[in-house]
Amino acid sequence: MTESNTDFGPDLGEVFGPSHADGGPELVQLLTPEGERVEHPDFSFDLDDEAIKGFYRDMVLTRRIDTEATALQRHGELGIWAQLLGQEAAQIGSGRALAPQDFVFPTYREHGVAWCRDVDPLRLLGLFRGVDQGGWDPNDGNFGLYTIVIGAQTLHAVGYAMGMQRDGVVGTGDPERDAAVVAYFGDGASSQGDVNESFIFAASYNAPVVFFCQNNQWAISEPIERQSRIPLYQRALGFGFPGVRVDGNDVLACYAVTKAALQRAHEGSGPTFVEAYTYRMGAHTTTDDPTRYRLSEDLEHWKLKDPIARVHAYLTRNGLVDEAFFAEVEEEAERLGEHLRAGCKALPEPDPLSIFDHVYVDQTPELAAQKEGFAAYLASFEGHKEGAR
Amino acid sequence: MTTLSTGATPVPAATGTVETTYREALREALREALREDDRVFLMGEDVGMYGGCFAVSLGLLEEFGPERVRDTPLSESGFVGAGIGAALAGLRPVVEIMTVNFSLLALDQILNNAATLSHMSGGQLHVPLVIRMTTGAGRQLAAQHSHSLEGWYAHIPGIKVIAPATVEDARGMLWTALEDPDPVLLFEHGTLYTMTGTLPRDAGHVDITRAAVRREGRDVTLVSYGGTLHKALAAADVLAGSGVAAEVLDLRSLRPLDDATIAASVRKTHRAVVVDEGWRSGGLSAEVSARITEQCFYDLDGPVERVCSAEVPIPYAQHLEQAALPQVDQVVAAARRVVG
Repeated sequence: MTESNTDFGPDLGEVFGPSHADGGPELVQLLTPEGERVEHPDFSFDLDDEAIKGFYRDMVLTRRIDTEATALQRHGELGIWAQLLGQEAAQIGSGRALAPQDFVFPTYREHGVAWCRDVDPLRLLGLFRGVDQGGWDPNDGNFGLYTIVIGAQTLHAVGYAMGMQRDGVVGTGDPERDAAVVAYFGDGASSQGDVNESFIFAASYNAPVVFFCQNNQWAISEPIERQSRIPLYQRALGFGFPGVRVDGNDVLACYAVTKAALQRAHEGSGPTFVEAYTYRMGAHTTTDDPTRYRLSEDLEHWKLKDPIARVHAYLTRNGLVDEAFFAEVEEEAERLGEHLRAGCKALPEPDPLSIFDHVYVDQTPELAAQKEGFAAYLASFEGHKEGAR
Repeated sequence: MTTLSTGATPVPAATGTVETTYREALREALREALREDDRVFLMGEDVGMYGGCFAVSLGLLEEFGPERVRDTPLSESGFVGAGIGAALAGLRPVVEIMTVNFSLLALDQILNNAATLSHMSGGQLHVPLVIRMTTGAGRQLAAQHSHSLEGWYAHIPGIKVIAPATVEDARGMLWTALEDPDPVLLFEHGTLYTMTGTLPRDAGHVDITRAAVRREGRDVTLVSYGGTLHKALAAADVLAGSGVAAEVLDLRSLRPLDDATIAASVRKTHRAVVVDEGWRSGGLSAEVSARITEQCFYDLDGPVERVCSAEVPIPYAQHLEQAALPQVDQVVAAARRVVG
């Protein structure tokens, strides 16, 4: 006979049990899946309905970027695409909460945040087409280049935030000046050593970082249950800073919670962990086939929580917009689609000799010799072609 | 791709042959190991439900269950470290790391732990762990998923490093690695998974201590392994057209290196070209070249040539990536230079 030992705390089944699929009682929500505004004791949405209309537009356009890019990959124009379908609210809500002076460290799926930071989505396609590795200037919109290595950027984010502390742009009381960093990552990355070490460093130095984790439930085929036996946001307490679980499909709540977390960071109160509880409606990337490892009924369940549909319902139900508004957004999405389709095919191919150019700031003699040799090799084909004529 | 005579696989009694791929051969080797030895289990990211990032373990979860085919959290250091512990406890873990680039997250476990525990315990502990990983470029996976770092691992005493380049070796090396009481790193070149070949139906384990002569020749020795074997063989075909008979070596084991087979070949041909997808500076090609010079200096009729990757991070765009990798015509040109 064995007895279950409960001396060590609550039964994990209770903590992580039936409420799990809906995010549990701790979930911060300000707009229900049905499009009803609800109050929360700790967080409130303080912008007007114009802002909500703006969020709607942002989310529709972001989804269009995703849809177009997925189609371009299917047509062979992109090598791969990392879909964000279903994560629009988490990205637009958090992205719109940023102050201009804040800095973002993204993963490779932050297309909505890139949109908020005015990165031309065509630049994203350059990366996924394989003609460059993300050609935007990170200093233009304080939006870093996409990180491919899972979780590595969280340590970079903490170091950057420590730099902000040294620069004296934390806790000045001037909202135009106080800055912070947002580190984006996913549920899979939460198992990486780098991410856990970044939590320790951020806590130790009280660094102005918002750790924004989009828990989309799946790390390729590994489910969240494989990464964690407790809700991810609860881990923050163990590292010594607050953790909040927000409805990642609720753009108002994502905005409000990120804004509050940034406020703490700006003031010099240190890091916050935000777990945006959402769902990866698409595949991990276009090379993945999720039907191999997950149930279609889960997908159906999450379709009912669609981040765009609930804002649509809110705007319509409250008579805040007319049909012309939706038609206008749709038309803008069409134009964006055309921009991406035409622009993608026109992206220039890189020059073969460029591979030697950025290995070091100052090219070594050995590399210069290699470049010269390769140039001669390429030139030999020119002669060959002429000879053939 | 033509099938290759290995000289290393004992030819069994005629029981028929089977057409297979490098990927399927690796899978069959895993299946056999899981079936034959209940101490064996497979662990790594996406190895179960997904069937492995490169589909090597497809179907094994269904066949052997989640105890034997374990999906893990995304923690390379975690699952390599756990693999070391399981090996110490008497199991025979096979740990899969998606690519050699990701293995860097587990470098402390591999180098400071797996490779040293036998030494530091005065021989009381052994780590019979097999770590499989994909290496190499050619699939447009860019600079963080494409490197050939097996030469680094070959630098480390305490581990063995093997690189199957043929379907026979893909089928046969795993079992031999599992029988080894020390940690063995097995490098699968990413461009080889779809390579086809014919295997004896009852193909089994192979000796992993010896290099193999994949093609005999008298004029120049082309030393290769893994993904570069096939480029060396293609170069030998071209060279044969101009009357140069190249001998092609497949190192198979990168640590330990089979000096005897390399030296015997060079003493016959008097010339050598080392083909390595790793970088030239401080790389495996440098080691092989140095050994040839040390052991065969007075047999050489010319300097040892090397064909390696350009000394740049592996580029992303397809034409740039190919430009950075060793190619057949470069091997041909190098061989012609040393043959004179």
